[in-house]
Amino acid sequence: MKLLKSLLGAAVIAGALGGSALAQDKVTIGVSVPAADHGWTGGVNYFAQQAIERLKKTYSNVDFVFASAPDAPKQIADIEDMVSTRNIDALVILPGDPDAMTSAIKQVKDAGKFVTVVDRQLSINGVENLYVAGDNPGLGANSAEYFKQALPEGGNIVILRGLPIPIDQQRFDAFVKGIEGTNIKVLDDEFANWNRDDGFKVMQDFLTRFPDIKAVWAQDDDIALGAIEAIKQAGRENDMFIVGGAGMQQMLQRVAAGDKLVPVDVSYSPAMIATAIELTTSHFTGGIQVAGRYILDSTLITKDNASEYLDDKSPF
Amino acid sequence: MSASAPDIAAKPKKGFRLELKTVGPLVALLLLVILGISLNENFLTYNNLTNVLARSSFIGIIAIGATFVITSGGLDLSVGSMAAVIAGIMIIVMNSLIPSLGIGVGVVLVGMGAGLLIGGAAGVGNGLMITRGRIEAFIVTLGTMGIFRSLVTFLADGGTLSLNFQVADVYRPVYYDGLFGVPWPIIVFALVAIGGEIVMRRTAFGRYCAAIGSNEQVARYSSINVDNVRLFTYILQGVLVAVAVLLYVPRLGSASSTTGVLWELEAIAAVIIGGTTLKGGYGRIWGTVVGVVILGLIGNILNLQSFISPYLNGAFQGVIIILAVLLQRGRRAS
Repeated sequence: MKLLKSLLGAAVIAGALGGSALAQDKVTIGVSVPAADHGWTGGVNYFAQQAIERLKKTYSNVDFVFASAPDAPKQIADIEDMVSTRNIDALVILPGDPDAMTSAIKQVKDAGKFVTVVDRQLSINGVENLYVAGDNPGLGANSAEYFKQALPEGGNIVILRGLPIPIDQQRFDAFVKGIEGTNIKVLDDEFANWNRDDGFKVMQDFLTRFPDIKAVWAQDDDIALGAIEAIKQAGRENDMFIVGGAGMQQMLQRVAAGDKLVPVDVSYSPAMIATAIELTTSHFTGGIQVAGRYILDSTLITKDNASEYLDDKSPF
Repeated sequence: MSASAPDIAAKPKKGFRLELKTVGPLVALLLLVILGISLNENFLTYNNLTNVLARSSFIGIIAIGATFVITSGGLDLSVGSMAAVIAGIMIIVMNSLIPSLGIGVGVVLVGMGAGLLIGGAAGVGNGLMITRGRIEAFIVTLGTMGIFRSLVTFLADGGTLSLNFQVADVYRPVYYDGLFGVPWPIIVFALVAIGGEIVMRRTAFGRYCAAIGSNEQVARYSSINVDNVRLFTYILQGVLVAVAVLLYVPRLGSASSTTGVLWELEAIAAVIIGGTTLKGGYGRIWGTVVGVVILGLIGNILNLQSFISPYLNGAFQGVIIILAVLLQRGRRAS
């Protein structure tokens, strides 16, 4: 009897050990993104989930925990839960508000997890193992380059900005620096909050205020789509062109079709979250070095290369 | 009813003496218009004014519904999300009916009908939970606000729902065209406002709203069916949200999770600026209309000038809103 008991006990212990050994082989990656509160973050959610589906099929030993949060406190709670209850090995995070979340992300790093930060720079350096982002100054600079080329004699332009956060400032500063020394004159700039309705309103008022506008820099496709309706309403679609940014399908179709109002777009794809998830997974499955900084180009999309970026399945 | 009777009966006795309490919102509006004229010569152009009124009409129509809800002591926080979900479902319905109905007025009419139905149903839902379920209006509509907002995000797959391009062309004139040069949204806003003013001032329903908001117990003892009147204010609110959406969808032909964000706060702000009391008991439809126009003009004026930094837009808005209400309260104290 005694023997049986101890045998049973040994079996239980062995089972438990075996179980934990198995769990060690399994890798869990937490993915935390802001909620789909506008077109671009909608794209982030879509591409993140798509990448997770794909990688789950490819690697049976990699598991993912996905969470989407409407604000910084909720996102912080999400990652705390991931660490304490889901025992993640790595965190891929697109912080909604990077400044507010820096210390929470640092705690994940201090707990020995692999941390990948996407799109938005944290307020202190060296927290993340891997940084994947679009090129915001590049977006401004490439747009400015196109404006110089399209308006060789210069002319009046207006700028519709996003939200007052660092990304917007980087784009804006690079653009203004890019057109320095030319005859391109910025009549005014206003925030349109990366939102179609606000793009419509601000553009309507700019059209009322300025009888002569040669071009509009909206630096975002959602804003641009709203502004386009205002320009059409005023019947001034032949007087100007508009440049957005991000590479939204609706805009790319116009670019591909040779629409004079939307001659080009600048890429800033929400699919960068998929790039980040793929690279982070490779760190565990491929044993290759991925730590570092990975900046995706903000490429000028013209009629000639638009087909490379078209994807009818994308909701963005 | 007895609670509101003095209010109404007392009015004519005051004769022609103008009270700042009554004209407060109008004074604020006048000051804004003067500011607008001094800032930009294009401010008073017909195009600018119709632009501002047309794009304020969504909030305006919703705010008229909110005036009834607030007057009867209720609150509806879900209107912005409700607008988004109605817009989303309308677009889905219209897109899916194209194969069977073809592209034309028929599809648009069915879409509009669907919109009104959903609006009414959402109002019934809110109203029943508040009156029959005996849950605080704040909690019910805070809950439905979240439900509607996620629903539209889910329907749009996190992205944007876009109306079929050709159908959008058929529907487009509803926002951009009009009668005798007055855009449709302004006409509908005006009709809803006039209708609302008549209902509030001249019908039993309007008086019941004020009576319930002023003192629910007294209203109950006066054999007013408090629950049904309340329920009806939420249904009215839902239908008016749908009417606003019928005019909103043709503007951009799309709906996303950003549609109607914070509309509930703008609508409530317009109602209070207009002189309706937030705790209920007294409502003023024409005041709400003035409040909506004030909010619309603030945004417009900010875009027509360049010496206030865009970083301070919110502050300017805040100052004007507080001033508009202060103008009324100041006189009340003296």
